[in-house]
Amino acid sequence: MTENILHTEKLTMQFGGVMAVYNLTIDVYKGEIVALIGPNGAGKTTAFNCITGVYEPTNGSVSFCGKTIVSNHPQGRMKKLYAGDRDITRSKVISPTPDKITKLGIARTFQNIRLFKSLTVFENVLVAKHMRAKQNIFSATFRLNWPEEKRAREECLELLEEQGLLQYKDELASSLPYGLQRRLEISRALATKPKLLLLDEPAAGMNPQETQELAEFIVRIKDKYDLTILLIEHHMDLVMKISDRIYVMDFGKLIAHGTPAEVQQNQRVIDAYLGVADDA
Amino acid sequence: MLFIDVFLSEAVRSVKNFIDTNLPYILAGISVGGQYALIAIGYTMVYGILRLINFAHGDIFMFAGFAMVYLAAWAPLYVAIPLVLIITVLLGFIVERVAYKPLRSAPRMSVMISAIGVSYLLQNLAWYLTSGLARQYPVIPWISNSVDIGSATTKIVTLITPVLTFVLVVALVMLIKHTKIGMAMRALAKDFETSQLMGIRINTVISITFIIGSFLAAIGSLLYFTNYTSVTPISGAMPGLKAFVAAVFGGIGSIPGAVIGAFIIGICENIIKGLGWTTFSDAFTFALLIIILIARPTGLFGEKSTDKV
Amino acid sequence: MADKKVHSFIVKNRVTIIMVVLLFAALFILEKILPPSSMFFVVLKKGAIYALVAVSMNLLNGFTGLFSLGQAGFMLIGAYTYAIFTIPPEARDTVYQYFDGGIIKFALPVPVAMILAGLAAAFFAFLIGLPVLRLKSDYLAIATLGFAEIIRAIFQWDKLGPITNGSNLLRKFPGFTSVLFPFAVSGICITLIVLLINSSYGRAFKAIRDDEIAAEAMGINLAKHKQLAFTISSFFAGVGGALLAMYQTTVQASAFTSAMTYEILLIVVIGGIGSVTGSILSSFLFIACSEWWLRFLDNETYIGSFRVPLLSSGFRKVVFSIIIMVVVLFYRQGIMGTKELSADAITRFFRKLRGKTKEEAAK
Repeated sequence: MTENILHTEKLTMQFGGVMAVYNLTIDVYKGEIVALIGPNGAGKTTAFNCITGVYEPTNGSVSFCGKTIVSNHPQGRMKKLYAGDRDITRSKVISPTPDKITKLGIARTFQNIRLFKSLTVFENVLVAKHMRAKQNIFSATFRLNWPEEKRAREECLELLEEQGLLQYKDELASSLPYGLQRRLEISRALATKPKLLLLDEPAAGMNPQETQELAEFIVRIKDKYDLTILLIEHHMDLVMKISDRIYVMDFGKLIAHGTPAEVQQNQRVIDAYLGVADDA
Repeated sequence: MLFIDVFLSEAVRSVKNFIDTNLPYILAGISVGGQYALIAIGYTMVYGILRLINFAHGDIFMFAGFAMVYLAAWAPLYVAIPLVLIITVLLGFIVERVAYKPLRSAPRMSVMISAIGVSYLLQNLAWYLTSGLARQYPVIPWISNSVDIGSATTKIVTLITPVLTFVLVVALVMLIKHTKIGMAMRALAKDFETSQLMGIRINTVISITFIIGSFLAAIGSLLYFTNYTSVTPISGAMPGLKAFVAAVFGGIGSIPGAVIGAFIIGICENIIKGLGWTTFSDAFTFALLIIILIARPTGLFGEKSTDKV
Repeated sequence: MADKKVHSFIVKNRVTIIMVVLLFAALFILEKILPPSSMFFVVLKKGAIYALVAVSMNLLNGFTGLFSLGQAGFMLIGAYTYAIFTIPPEARDTVYQYFDGGIIKFALPVPVAMILAGLAAAFFAFLIGLPVLRLKSDYLAIATLGFAEIIRAIFQWDKLGPITNGSNLLRKFPGFTSVLFPFAVSGICITLIVLLINSSYGRAFKAIRDDEIAAEAMGINLAKHKQLAFTISSFFAGVGGALLAMYQTTVQASAFTSAMTYEILLIVVIGGIGSVTGSILSSFLFIACSEWWLRFLDNETYIGSFRVPLLSSGFRKVVFSIIIMVVVLFYRQGIMGTKELSADAITRFFRKLRGKTKEEAAK
């Protein structure tokens, strides 16, 4: 039985009166590429944000490799406003900040590329090593941890070389062309040595050829770094090509689930989404 | 039943006592509260639209004070007062055009630094023009006359201020709710970028916002300096800061909130003076600021907004 | 093993080390030549002190992106801590004349008191930071400004007189005479800050400045790192405050107004937010202009019997403010932008010049 890397249980996010995500229950197993698709506004990025600790979910939980890492139930003002299923388990509240989630081994990229604009390509990747370094402010300032720092630097250089970004290492991140910026963002996420990689619309703004290259890139890094991948995407060719399974969301709810072939035939999905012309 | 009777009458008596002994302070509080309110409106309107803390607003208030001092020595009051209003409005308009408009697309820190720079310039300019000596504010007849209220003696301006403030605020709220320009202001405050795309002439709307704010600050200065008659280059710093706190307390972007906040600050700070803690009357305002920023950053009447990630 | 490391460190940074040694030698010689009351020394001493405070503010505002306006408050804490703990016991009765000589009856050695000054400021920064650092940038600015004002009010409070001397000034504590002292202290502190900025933590700070959300996603705990930046910046502001006290030989809480913070902010902006060398250069320029070069603007001058208009007391600051507005509006990057003037850059510059002249000679 392959290990369950990610499991969300009735994950719900309600903003004021708007139910953005409702009772989302999904599984991602080791070594899979799972896609989360749906029309704009379906709640996919919100789900990502709940998994990674950016938002505190209104209800439900998230487990990573069998351990619960996020858990909440309606409380305070939400108790009255909660528009969902009234059968709420009074589970313990676990609400970590995003940095803790990253330390556990879940890394993510963003819909709108969020690189550190004033840092170089090399520094962008090096920042990812900060959280795992065994140091405190004094040992870092007085360079007492130099062997560690050296090792971190070497790892980053290796990573950049593997990704074909080594020649840009001293250039400002903002000066790279768009496609390379995306690749840098993914490389930066890889530098945190994750088990699970969450990609938010990695192919946004790419033409068909770039999308093809990205598809190969994702499969390559999955094999090379022993990753499990959950991705949000609108480019259907990318999704159908590389995903093992697909979850489809609409208006915050899960409306379909299955292999690419199954989902393509699903009438509900077609009605909600696939009928619309792809805007590459 | 008897206990309750005795308890109630004791309570009423101690409240009456409190009011009697502190009446001059409460009245002063209402007066200065209204004056702070007139300044606070300028802050809250500008922040609502531009997300800018106009650090220079308090100094524009101070300039209005000085303008009056000099003009009143040169012309009769019925000429000087309108001129003061015009000059203050002009100053606010110029500051916006010169120091804020060019930086509209710059990061927020740059505009705030520019505001600080303008404040620094205005204070130094005032110091230079007046050689640093405090000037006496001219006496405006009638509102400076004394009147007795209960056990306290105060100036008529103390009674006029809340009334005038109320009238002006109502007029302003009417303007914002029922005119096209008011609607444009509300639109800009809600969503700046989209409003631009909808064809709203932002430069005009922003200028009008500053004009209204400066106008109210000028009226506030007329009332304030009739009470605290000494005008110095730093006369605007404290009232300005307190007015800003009032705006934050009431909910930045909300005009009624700013007014209520200003009255609360004015009354509380004077009661503190009455209790003998004068050194802390200023610090009280800042303590209030910190409490509100921590407990309820959107203020009493503000709206919460979430950032999209 | 350690010897080799030290040796290679010296070789790698030989240009910087030579420049530092030359600088101190030059100052030493100047002190022997020029009269001690020369304006030159005023500028150097005060400039060095403001340079430290400006760099500490740049660490917070420029490198971590936290727009804080509380600097004057932390300088005040540092100045008072230093003064309170170094007034010699014999002088305490005269200084604390309204408070029976105050409750502190001993004096600490100067270096200890200076470090204590920094620690006191850092401690208060830690407490203040707990609630305040969560706020958005504009609110953070006003909240820190508010705290600085509260600190000023507290230090003027009569009830704390036995410690702070209430609204009276503190005096009779040890100062310094040679310009080498502030240069040495500021130099060491600024070096520490530069080491920090170039370390892993410095990168984390810059990441927070560029994009908080992405920084969090990279495993950087925002609360902890913002606290670190805030506390460390305030430590050095406190030390700067202590130096200022030593320079002025008297300390009074009412002088540490928000105007002082604004001046430091303007120094940082002129030098370039995000450039340490920019802050240093700009501090000396600022002090030179305001204390020395532009002084003439304040004096009423006559050419023959014609009185030059505009020139009178206070004009200097007006001109100054206008220059600042020009920089803020048109030269937002400041003198150095985000670049640093390093020994490498200087050697490269001279090498390029030499290279050019060799070419021309060859033609």
